[in-house]
Amino acid sequence: MADSTQGTGGLTFDKSKRKWPNEINIFMALILIIVIFEALGQLLPYMNNQSLLFDTRDRFDSIFNEARLRIIILQVSIIGIIALGVTQVIISQGIDLSSGSIVGATAMITMSFAQTELVNGNPNPKAIFGPWAMDLPLLVPVLVGLFCGFIAGMINGFLIAYTRIPPFIATLGMMVSARGVAKWWSRGKPVSFPTEDYAWIGSGMMPVVWFVILAILFHLIMKYTVYGKHTYAIGSNEDAARMSGINVARHKVLIYTIAGMLAAFAAIILSSKNLTAQTGMGIMYELDAIAMAVIGGVSLTGGRGSIIGTVLGALIFGVIISGFTFLKLDAFYQEMVKGAIIVAAVVLDQWRQQRAAMKS
Amino acid sequence: MSDDIILETRGLTKHYGGVHALEDADFVLQRGEHVAVVGDNGAGKSTFVRQITGVEQKTRGTVIFDGREVDFKGPLEAREAGIETVFQTLALADDLDVPDNIFLGRELFKVKLGPFSILDYKAMRQATLDGLQKTAVKIPNIRNTIRNMSGGQRQCVAIARTASFHSKLTIMDEPTAALGVQETAQVENIIRTLKAAGEPLILISHNMRQVFDLVDRIIVFRRGRICANLKKQETDPQDIVAYITGAKTGPEYMETAV
Repeated sequence: MADSTQGTGGLTFDKSKRKWPNEINIFMALILIIVIFEALGQLLPYMNNQSLLFDTRDRFDSIFNEARLRIIILQVSIIGIIALGVTQVIISQGIDLSSGSIVGATAMITMSFAQTELVNGNPNPKAIFGPWAMDLPLLVPVLVGLFCGFIAGMINGFLIAYTRIPPFIATLGMMVSARGVAKWWSRGKPVSFPTEDYAWIGSGMMPVVWFVILAILFHLIMKYTVYGKHTYAIGSNEDAARMSGINVARHKVLIYTIAGMLAAFAAIILSSKNLTAQTGMGIMYELDAIAMAVIGGVSLTGGRGSIIGTVLGALIFGVIISGFTFLKLDAFYQEMVKGAIIVAAVVLDQWRQQRAAMKS
Repeated sequence: MSDDIILETRGLTKHYGGVHALEDADFVLQRGEHVAVVGDNGAGKSTFVRQITGVEQKTRGTVIFDGREVDFKGPLEAREAGIETVFQTLALADDLDVPDNIFLGRELFKVKLGPFSILDYKAMRQATLDGLQKTAVKIPNIRNTIRNMSGGQRQCVAIARTASFHSKLTIMDEPTAALGVQETAQVENIIRTLKAAGEPLILISHNMRQVFDLVDRIIVFRRGRICANLKKQETDPQDIVAYITGAKTGPEYMETAV
């Protein structure tokens, strides 16, 4: 027999042959975007040499403009938590359009169980339930909220896994229905005045703390557990996953349930931070979350992407929004450019895929 | 029925509407035996395999696997019963690397926690290396995703996956049809290791050299029927071609074959 079929060739973990992780590209894009804004701050005549992220006026102890940094990460944290779930959904070659509405419905319902009896010595003017639902322990509204997300996500999952309708349609239905629930719950009235305990969840920098904890948790889950492996496998080749004995339907229900619960947790933090819940809460959040994931390199064709990528995508998203405010551009431009960035991220991803395919 | 028989089909038949793709196939496979299924295109080879593995539902007939009658509702049931199949269309997840694919659906765990069980990457990698070493498959870097591999490397992974688990029966549907010379040799090596391990195999192939190189017995299909059942020692490639084209028919099949 020829030598060529003997032995194992270079069958080792040749580190030099390992692929350049896409996360590094995204990180460099983040740096590049910051550099562009810094340059514009120096070059544009009306900017008076301001810096986006650095402390040029000596207002803080460190070299950074801490106030703006804090706003950026605080802004992306809540939608970032939704994006963690959306990432898992997109990796499994699905899509979730319902997260924004789940935020609305969950915020309304949760807040009703988090109200305090007396506001400045007077009865709570926004009370939804009678005295029995006032000043409940913190765990009650949190569990109620997570349960809302659990139910909504599970309905999404069941529809997608067992009726085989496209995720786009199933979650579109949930998007409309959950918004309906949000409006129906208190007949459109806002729900306000939570207990002090409840207000703690989203106070100060707490949203960032939750985001970081959840990002680390789901990074580990996606990378080191069978749940993550099967999510990638389903997104990569659903038939192969099925043939390999993975219970694809059950796994999809689990993915969408987790995404629903993450959206619900974002709702808890948001309502706690704002000290109120309104029917319009979370509108367009689903698209921002999808944008964060896509900017972070999560492929809409499934199978590729990571939690780290999404976190970086969220930061890029935050820097761009903050950068536009910094450049004193109108919010209208922000929305236009936001749309363009999402499209550009997808085009870039496809271009990268084609190039990779040509190489092999 | 003897314990030496791993698979037996009796009167296995498949009609697609009016098309009789498979007619009364009686087939016996001994434990440890490697059998080739040959025949012209559309002769019923793949149809025959699809009825056994549950990819399609047979029109009539019986399949007896490992001593009991079976009626697989799908390929997964067949797999769980111990029949591993390498399909012409490869069932690999493109975005996962080699160990991930080989262990897909039967991962090794460090800690069992239901769906959040923690994977034992090191053990899976080591087992993959050992498995590939045994089969002499050359893959430059097993941590590469399948997407970045050539057709031959993919096929090798698909087959190595079959070979790394001790199955009761392996079925390969034209495993080397799209491969180059070197890659074909690697696949054939894997088949030899299966033989050495005493694992039975049904090999569908058009390649006569390969068939005579690898198997013990050759079954010829013609127009949906078995028309010959020959021991390798008692035949030669010209003879097989005569059976395939219809110039000859095995004496025991004279009644039925056309």
